[in-house]
Amino acid sequence: MSGLLSDAFLISLVAGAIAAGIPLLLAGLGEQVSEKAGVLNIGIEGMMLLGAYTGFYVAFLSGSLWLGFLGGAAGGLILALLMALLCVRLGLNQIVIGIALTLGADGITALLHHVQFSRTYPRLPAVDTLPIPLLSQIPIIGPGIFDRHPSVYLAIIAVFVLVWVFRRTNVGLNLQAAGDKPAALDAAGVSVTTTRTLAVLFTGMMAGLGGAYMSMIGAGIFIPFMTGGAGFIAIVLAMLARGHPTWVLYGALLFGVSLSLTTALQVGGVNVPTDVVQMLPFAMVMLVLVIFARRSALPAALGLPYVRGQR
Amino acid sequence: MTNSLQAATAETGAKEPIVVVDGVTKRFPGVVANDDVSLSIYPGEVQALLGENGAGKSTLIAMLSGMLQPDAGGMRVRGEATAISSPRRALELGIGTVYQHPTLVPTLTVLENLMLGAPWHQRMNRAATRRRLAEISQMLGISLPEDATLGDLSLGQQQQVEIVKALWRGEQVLILDEATAMLTPKGVEDLGQVIGRLRDAGIAILFITHKLNEAVRFGDRVTVLKLGRKVGELTPDQLAALGEDQAITQIVDLMFGTASSEGADELAGRDKSRLVEGPVILSVDGLAAAAGPGEPTVTGVAFQVRAGEVFGIAGVDGNGQKQLAEALAGQRRIAAGSLSLKGEPISGLSVVQRQRAGLRYVTDDRLGEGTVGNFQVGLNLLLKRIGDEPFWRNGTIRRREVERHARTLIDRHDVRTPGPQTPIGRLSGGNIQKALLARELDNAPIAVIYNKPTYGLDANNIQFARRAIREQADQGVATVLISTDLDEILELSDRIGVMLQGRMVGIVDNDRDAQRRVGELMIGVGAAA
Repeated sequence: MSGLLSDAFLISLVAGAIAAGIPLLLAGLGEQVSEKAGVLNIGIEGMMLLGAYTGFYVAFLSGSLWLGFLGGAAGGLILALLMALLCVRLGLNQIVIGIALTLGADGITALLHHVQFSRTYPRLPAVDTLPIPLLSQIPIIGPGIFDRHPSVYLAIIAVFVLVWVFRRTNVGLNLQAAGDKPAALDAAGVSVTTTRTLAVLFTGMMAGLGGAYMSMIGAGIFIPFMTGGAGFIAIVLAMLARGHPTWVLYGALLFGVSLSLTTALQVGGVNVPTDVVQMLPFAMVMLVLVIFARRSALPAALGLPYVRGQR
Repeated sequence: MTNSLQAATAETGAKEPIVVVDGVTKRFPGVVANDDVSLSIYPGEVQALLGENGAGKSTLIAMLSGMLQPDAGGMRVRGEATAISSPRRALELGIGTVYQHPTLVPTLTVLENLMLGAPWHQRMNRAATRRRLAEISQMLGISLPEDATLGDLSLGQQQQVEIVKALWRGEQVLILDEATAMLTPKGVEDLGQVIGRLRDAGIAILFITHKLNEAVRFGDRVTVLKLGRKVGELTPDQLAALGEDQAITQIVDLMFGTASSEGADELAGRDKSRLVEGPVILSVDGLAAAAGPGEPTVTGVAFQVRAGEVFGIAGVDGNGQKQLAEALAGQRRIAAGSLSLKGEPISGLSVVQRQRAGLRYVTDDRLGEGTVGNFQVGLNLLLKRIGDEPFWRNGTIRRREVERHARTLIDRHDVRTPGPQTPIGRLSGGNIQKALLARELDNAPIAVIYNKPTYGLDANNIQFARRAIREQADQGVATVLISTDLDEILELSDRIGVMLQGRMVGIVDNDRDAQRRVGELMIGVGAAA
């Protein structure tokens, strides 16, 4: 077990935590916005997966990761548009639609991948990193955190942008009112439907970006069903974060660590069956839920469609 | 523009209505909520809109504030015909509304609540919001903690925030929907002052209420709605000419017809000091109830109720009455002491077993634990007898029996419902309470516990419920009447127990001196008899 605390193990752990944590972070932030506005977006798993495929495909064709991110965002948006139409406009059950969207995305991406690539799994070229001067020289965490693709930095900046939006802007007020007391928002002359629609679209975009990061940068290839429950973990993160974007960040890193343990343990020379280690994140979900779930304060109107004038 | 209009009215002295409701009709499934209703709202005047539960007041307000659209008829604002198509449009027209149920966001601060509704691209302007809040607060003569989270404020203060918000953009019309419903007497008094200041500032106020004395006290003009129709209006001149007592008499006639005051006399004429000699039915001794966090602990409660007796339990709200009631009904674990019905101990029995034994409980939480809103009236009338013959046989429901049973009870208790199959949640509060009474008093009750049986009902339904309670008692039912309305206790009870901090601090006979002694016990100065 001497390998456990070796530099190689730790560097690999930190790097892996970021690689696995960024998709969770992006999707978790997105989910947080829609939950704040009162829409429980179970379809986020599907939005991530479609984003992972479209992002990868665009990047594969164009050779540009940035275009790939655009493609990923578009993929997530398409599903979010459907979700907004069905759940916000028409007021259908958010859980049923969310599950349907996820199952649908599973099938569609597998089909698209089969049509485009048959049984091959082409790989994108290695990613250029943007080392941050000085910070990237810090031992162990330097290369893991501060020598990454610029999208990583943008994702972390997004956390603080959201903090600002929630606390300092009218948009933040509108979102919170839409989730806690939609009738109040309506009475104040702001459309609940529009606010929630925009929130859901934002979620789709963020989920798509997270998926695109996962396929293009995290893995470098697209494999059907590759999100493997990451969207559901993002839902858990958003629920436990009680409206604080920074908590989503911490949570994403925590789950990132547990997801990356597999690789890190192998690098560290410890031989644990992969299957066992792959269960870790899900054991972690349950553990975290047992410890914190009682304190999760969810918006009062979460999951409830808004109908004006209904008592 | 609004200022110049106001000035013009002041100069000419002749009042032009600022809002005219012109023959509006609104239908809901099974109900005509508003039937050709017309009224005019004048600047610098408080118009009281009075009506029983289900008279259509809330529907009318919803149309004035843009939440609902009329099926027929229309509105005129400042002389121009216009559709109030959305809440935003209502605000643009200068109509601000304070709803019966709070419409502020409890998790935001006072200031944030007031900023809600600004265009999304605008910067949050805290300084300007603070200034405007200070201006309006000054006009209203109030002061509010700007940075406190709204949910932490008292209901009276939350309502003040609602009023501030409704006047935020210089609105000239203020609609107050059942504004006093949740307020303490002090809160009502403060509200009266605020309304007075607003009237002096030239604001037109529509004050919706189901309480007659408030309508006369606050209103310069009183309009009466009944079953969706406007049945009368007293103009300021008429009100001034009549004087308060005569005005009240006249309004009672409008609301209930002349027959309604008989019930009150009937009850008032009853001999209250009689001694009931029947056998002891319900006996409670040294009772202690399990208490949840933040609840008063009920300990050492002892009393006996005889057949045909009404035992009133008075007390300021929140002194353990609800906990006691639930312990008696079987909804809360009895921690110590004994409870017996006709000499048989029942403290170990479940809710349904106690129900079968003849003990009934009329909850104060009508919609929460009393009824299932989505279930039809017929099923709600059998809620505690599910599975029983003849309504169920071999595990399947027999609709015809359920319906027959429902029709009998609906007729006997005058439950106003489109039919036995209407979901009970669609009925008005008074009718839900009638249904609840019908259920609990059906099938040979031996002892009945009422918890705030007339809370939130209008005058007519209050009378009806009180008469039903008294009639049951006269037929030999042992009755426990828990109420925070002392008048009600004094009107109906034979003896009165007083709850204070979870204990029964005294039991007095309902004689001439009862009011003073009960009052003293309630606030903790009297000694037990």
